[in-house]
Amino acid sequence: MVMTLRWLTSVAFAISFCVSATASVTHAQVAVQGETIYTMAGPAIQNGVVLVRDGQIEQVGPAAEVEIPDGYRVVSAAVVTPGLVDAHSVVGLAGYLNQEDDQDMLDRAAPIQPELRALDAYDASERLVEWVRGFGVTTLHTGHGPGALVSGQTMVVKTVGRTVDDAVVVPTAMVAATLGPSALGQNGDSPGSRGAMVALLRAELVKTQDYVERQSRDGGTGAGPARDLRLDTLGRVLAREIPLLVTAHRARDIMTAIRLAAEFEFDLVLDGAAEAYLLVDEIKAAGIPVIIHPTMYRATGETENLSFETAATLHAAGIPVALQSGYEAYVPRTRIVLFEAAVAAAHGLSFEDALATVTISAAEILGVDARVGSLEPGKDADLALFDGDPFEYASHCIGVLVNGVVVSEEAR
Amino acid sequence: MRIVRSLLALVIGIAITSPPRVLAQTVPQAFVGAHLIPITGPDVADGVLIVRDGRISAVGPTSSTPIPDDAERHDATGLTIMPGLVDTHSHIGNPEGGDRSAAFHASVRVLDSVNVRDARFQKAQAGGITTVNIMPGSGHLLSGQTVYAKLRDGKTLEELMLYREDGQVAGGMKMANGTNPRRQPPFPGTRAKAAALVREQFLAALDYRRRTLQADDASEQPARDLQMEGLLEVLDGTRVVHHHTHRHDDILTVLRLADEFGFRTVLHHVSDAWAVAEEIAEAGVASSLVFVDSPGGKLEAKDSTFLSGAALERAGATVGFHTDDGITDSRFFLRQAGLAVRAGMTRAGALYGLTMAGAGMLELEDRIGSLDVGKDADFIVLSGDPLSVYTKVLETWVDGSNVFDRSTPADRLYAVGGYGASHDQGVFQELEWEAR
Repeated sequence: MVMTLRWLTSVAFAISFCVSATASVTHAQVAVQGETIYTMAGPAIQNGVVLVRDGQIEQVGPAAEVEIPDGYRVVSAAVVTPGLVDAHSVVGLAGYLNQEDDQDMLDRAAPIQPELRALDAYDASERLVEWVRGFGVTTLHTGHGPGALVSGQTMVVKTVGRTVDDAVVVPTAMVAATLGPSALGQNGDSPGSRGAMVALLRAELVKTQDYVERQSRDGGTGAGPARDLRLDTLGRVLAREIPLLVTAHRARDIMTAIRLAAEFEFDLVLDGAAEAYLLVDEIKAAGIPVIIHPTMYRATGETENLSFETAATLHAAGIPVALQSGYEAYVPRTRIVLFEAAVAAAHGLSFEDALATVTISAAEILGVDARVGSLEPGKDADLALFDGDPFEYASHCIGVLVNGVVVSEEAR
Repeated sequence: MRIVRSLLALVIGIAITSPPRVLAQTVPQAFVGAHLIPITGPDVADGVLIVRDGRISAVGPTSSTPIPDDAERHDATGLTIMPGLVDTHSHIGNPEGGDRSAAFHASVRVLDSVNVRDARFQKAQAGGITTVNIMPGSGHLLSGQTVYAKLRDGKTLEELMLYREDGQVAGGMKMANGTNPRRQPPFPGTRAKAAALVREQFLAALDYRRRTLQADDASEQPARDLQMEGLLEVLDGTRVVHHHTHRHDDILTVLRLADEFGFRTVLHHVSDAWAVAEEIAEAGVASSLVFVDSPGGKLEAKDSTFLSGAALERAGATVGFHTDDGITDSRFFLRQAGLAVRAGMTRAGALYGLTMAGAGMLELEDRIGSLDVGKDADFIVLSGDPLSVYTKVLETWVDGSNVFDRSTPADRLYAVGGYGASHDQGVFQELEWEAR
């Protein structure tokens, strides 16, 4: 038993995990050497260096051109990439034990609840946050999940911090909606059909238009409508401050989302979209980005027609595409975007295009590309280090930096 | 009624007019120039595989392996050939075990429920799987009899099933402990109750046999009891127990009960194998693993890790893998070995786990699992290293017949997905029940 334990702690990834990785290393200056550095802001750099100072990227370039100043901690890897951006997850809200009291990604009491903030439900110490970070994920778009017509808000966090306030990047990123059978009411509750579902949503959006209109007429007199958290949030969607993230898999549900976006003139981000390859022209014409389902997602029910090649098909058409870990009701409790991008790379996307789906393209769709998604001076120093091709099963993520701090050095 | 009758006539018509199935071609097939991974011997960098009449007739280096003049030659230069994969635990075809009336269903056969038109069969072929153990779910202490099947193309399960030497359908018995079978009575409410119920069942089976043997004449024989017969097949060793178990203490409970009653068992899932690897090795019990991408999802899998393969290998225990399809998709079965190697398992051990180890768990090691002369011609042609994410299964052959060819549009649809790729899959009911 002692032998086993000693061996277990000596191998790549121990079952125990570091609760507070951020506290353990406080180097303000780090030099990351990479045999290959994929900056995602230009061609890959062979034998390069990324200088990190005070949480930000200071300089990126070939080793011959970047001098490592004294006092910098030097770490090295075969391959260096930007920290991975998971474009849609429920990690932090859907706890890993999957028991009733650790599931906060969905409240089905009402079909439309945009007022539910991810901020109020995110558990920064949830074990899966550390788990995905170990595989290079440094930014998560997480929050309320699919499964209700409008389930609540999402947010963008870094995979560090003791509290949600430490972790948060964007407190309200999008409002999550679902079109399709999974958003039907439970036990015969409304909405009971696709038509009823869309009528319900349109009625709520019309009500929001009216609420916004009456508010604007108020002019500070106090005679306007009483403040309504639900309509406030949908009002932000109609004002195009935040997009509506619509999970829709069937072609007809995707078309419904496009139809609603045109009618109410909100910014739409398509999510899941298993049959998106049937509607390439329509999605392209509407200028809609797609956060596609995990490549290895289960092909059953609404997603029965999914294809491993959808990311490649959409990308080839010029549609912005990101990948996600998605939502799982059972096991695995969460997927890992690194592995999903790997399978996309094996099915039609080039290596760098696949990497973009979990770095810069994801950051752009989430509106956080000024801070994350590529290795450029002035951006947050979020990096993932690998001992080989990051997509290969037998490679490992051997180091992770978030906000300039080395938060993981275990090989995973 | 008239529709039923005409349908019946149609079915009979088809049955009568169908030509007898040609199991394998008589012209030898020679695959030349491949990197061969025989599993039971060293790799051959530039090799030849020859199959005839559904079996492997020669394996060896191209330089020294004569190719018969009448052989149809397949240029396999730059490709890799290895034995067909053995999936020791799958739910393709929507197999159904027992219902909720009882915790034990030793008389229930999944073969009476499997839908061979489920597209998952084609997807499994596309994943390189050639032999599969089709299992009922784990929502019972004992949910029913499993069936071992070859992934031949067939319209009926009968065409796919394997048979024992005594002519009976080959299969094991599915059992489970831990949280899945834990429900209202007659299911157990605690782990100790679960073990007690299992012991009582086996004692009842032993008593049934005693009464049968002691009867002086037929009139004193106990009435024939299919449940007891199923349990006696387990106790007599003609049916291996495929045992769902996750937590370290549940694993040890399986070993304890197997030791008490002398039944043969294979541990399935074995999430905490890393914690009790030496005990598993000492018991001489094989483990079939499935890796999912994160721990949890259920309490008993809260400490699951990719480490278990390496831990068991190090302890000297036999390690195989399964898809648990739909928990993981059969098209990603090779990935299981890749993840095991990622966590420290040897490459040879992981490839053995996908093939020979699984064959042994189904007691088919004399027929399948390696590229050896005389074995069934079950093999796969790969575009490259079996453990690389970029590698594609190009062809799958079962009993010397090609059942999957990625270069054809129909087969490619199953391999990569797309519109219509999931016909007749239905919903995965077992998974839904377990998840509740």
